[in-house]
Amino acid sequence: MAEFTLPKNSKIQAGKHFPAKGAKNVRTFKVYRWTPDDGQNPRTDTYEVDLDTCGPMVLDALLKIKNEIDSTLSLRRSCREGICGSCAMNIDGTNTLACTRAIDECSGGTVNIYPLPHMPVVKDLVPDLTHFYAQFASIKPWIRTQSPAPADKERLQSPEDRKKLDGLYECILCACCSTSCPSYWWNGDRYLGPAILLQAYRWIVDSRDEDTGARLDDLEDPFKLYRCHTIMNCARTCPKGLNPAKAIAEIKKLIVQRRSA
Amino acid sequence: MSKDLRNPLARARGLGSAKEGVGHWMTQRITALALVFLTLWFVITVLGLMHADYATARATIAKPWNAVLLIALIITMFKHAVLGLQVVIEDYVHTRWLEMTSLVLIKFIAVLAALTGVLAVLRIALGS
Repeated sequence: MAEFTLPKNSKIQAGKHFPAKGAKNVRTFKVYRWTPDDGQNPRTDTYEVDLDTCGPMVLDALLKIKNEIDSTLSLRRSCREGICGSCAMNIDGTNTLACTRAIDECSGGTVNIYPLPHMPVVKDLVPDLTHFYAQFASIKPWIRTQSPAPADKERLQSPEDRKKLDGLYECILCACCSTSCPSYWWNGDRYLGPAILLQAYRWIVDSRDEDTGARLDDLEDPFKLYRCHTIMNCARTCPKGLNPAKAIAEIKKLIVQRRSA
Repeated sequence: MSKDLRNPLARARGLGSAKEGVGHWMTQRITALALVFLTLWFVITVLGLMHADYATARATIAKPWNAVLLIALIITMFKHAVLGLQVVIEDYVHTRWLEMTSLVLIKFIAVLAALTGVLAVLRIALGS
């Protein structure tokens, strides 16, 4: 059966408290901590951060914690401007990027920070995305053509056809949407999830691609595609404001379109 | 448990695409559409029978169009229910034998229940 409760060794326990001494403008962050090395259950550590000496974003607070309060905290980050997707995590109950979520946008009181839901945890806020990336590779996310490339120029695309990629090409594969999807939680081993399906649609609508039929064939599957029950968490959580649910609906429409009713 | 040494891509690709699912998806929506009208008709008919006696109710069902629509409702409803239950079971039941057993069982039950309903209507409609 689907697992609705955490296994015993995953139950979260109370952790350490790190007060900010002498600070006036304090915000409290409760952060999920787990390390594979000590055989302990996960815990949530509480950090008080002096906002007068901290940048405005949640990532700033996390880096301040790591630099000045507790260097054992692990997290992924790189670009700090919402384009690399590394710092995707569950902040204040929503999957988003720590670098583009302002601290004062979080609902009042303590800010809870957890890794992306329902993924194996490598350590602290670092989830194991191996399967997610393998699923991305499985849709062959590159242009597939039969006709040889023109010798003297690139493959051309009309401005109208280029427009069809808007709302798709911006996806940074941060996995916020897929890990917010209950269907992906229960059947992520086979269901491709919103991020990968949006990426698949990005190649299906690309006017330069010549393998649309095979792409639809590969997706037409009760689990790979049709586990989407239009729950719409994906569209709600996407930190880039994209709508994976709509891309999935378009794929379903195309599969209907090529057969009789 | 020994470590899975397969390449992650092999695991992600798994058994490949079943190349089906659109039939299920389409049928679920078409039966849903049919049920909107059939249920509406059914509710109106039942409301019309509110204070009627047994003989009047029987006579109403025995009318040809009512019998046809009632049979259509029964068949569509059970078809739709099976499709929906199938999704729920596939979503949540991950023990393979239990999944297969429940999937077959709901189909058996639905067919029997639908046949029972249809026979009941026919007996009233054809008067035996």
